[in-house]
Amino acid sequence: MADKPRIKLPKEAKKGEIIQIKTLVSHLMESGQRKDAQGKPIPRKIVNKFACEFNGKPVFSCALEPAISANPYIQFDARIDEEGTFKFAWTDDDGSVVAAEEKIALKG
Amino acid sequence: MSIRYVSLAGLAMAALVLSAIAASGQEAERKGIPAPPGHVFQTIISGYQFRTKETRALQDDDLENPGFLAVERAADVWKAVDGSEGKSCMSCHGEAETTMKGVGAAMPKWSEKLNKPVNLEQQINICRTEHMKAQPWAFKSNELTDMTTFVRSQSRGMPVAVKTDGPMSPWFEKGKEIYYTRVGQLDLACASCHEKNNGKFMRADFLSQGQTNGFPTYRLRDQRLIPLHERFEGCMFDVRGVPYKPLSDEFLALEVYVAWRGIGLPVETPSVRN
Repeated sequence: MADKPRIKLPKEAKKGEIIQIKTLVSHLMESGQRKDAQGKPIPRKIVNKFACEFNGKPVFSCALEPAISANPYIQFDARIDEEGTFKFAWTDDDGSVVAAEEKIALKG
Repeated sequence: MSIRYVSLAGLAMAALVLSAIAASGQEAERKGIPAPPGHVFQTIISGYQFRTKETRALQDDDLENPGFLAVERAADVWKAVDGSEGKSCMSCHGEAETTMKGVGAAMPKWSEKLNKPVNLEQQINICRTEHMKAQPWAFKSNELTDMTTFVRSQSRGMPVAVKTDGPMSPWFEKGKEIYYTRVGQLDLACASCHEKNNGKFMRADFLSQGQTNGFPTYRLRDQRLIPLHERFEGCMFDVRGVPYKPLSDEFLALEVYVAWRGIGLPVETPSVRN
């Protein structure tokens, strides 16, 4: 999963406005339930945790389970009270973390 | 006696009105474009129109569309040098956003040098072996499918404009013959499903008219992009026939013919399908 995650949120928002955040990360999400051509189980490899923080405070997080499709797409809302930085992190089964950041400014 | 006739007629009228409403409702939902002259259909309808609104929404939003992961990957490969000539795709073609516009919409195209049509996958590999002196990518490999998707997506929204006259016409005729030839244990031709029965349910899905404007398509079932010839193979396998080989002359002829059947439809690559 060398690809950059895809994140979409507005560049700026009014104070108190509720914005929508869309994320999509490229990942195989191998469930561990499948078998290869030789009949051996393919080891599980999924992104098991997603978390989003805003200025160090948690906004949204979730645990992902094996039934979730490849390239998981996650969408959620957040209320903006101050300008700052969103930090996103996807934690893989092998412990590696894909991290990304997006800034948002206050309008007017 | 006469009263009974009247009521029967009334019922028949009601049934007619009802079926007319049902038909118009479906027509309104599936928008098509007028077919080219000589086509069997009055209107040709993209496979997009046969999908649920959730699947269509997935295709419409570039961020949600998982096919765009391939486009982004290939955009980097476009600039990467490969092979002994020290060239990248960009060395010859420049910015794909301008130079590749419309290229994918006109494929397969006649090649004077090879004296046969070539499709986009083959053209990419010709560039790699002849100009870059690099290894060709295998069919179905992520690299080839990604690059095909990337180049074709530069023609997004442009009408499919494949040429079928001149030297292409024998290939067109050959493709037409394959389209109408029944094969396999189930004894079905392409036309049996996509011409005679499109819009009806097969298993849990609607049969489309079988257009090529969305390929390579991201199939939710496979969770990856599927190139056209793999789809051809899949169809032939499903009717329990022995498929032709991908990139074979037979499939190339079929691609020419099927592309013509969807001529004028906007290129949707990368589209999202079930």
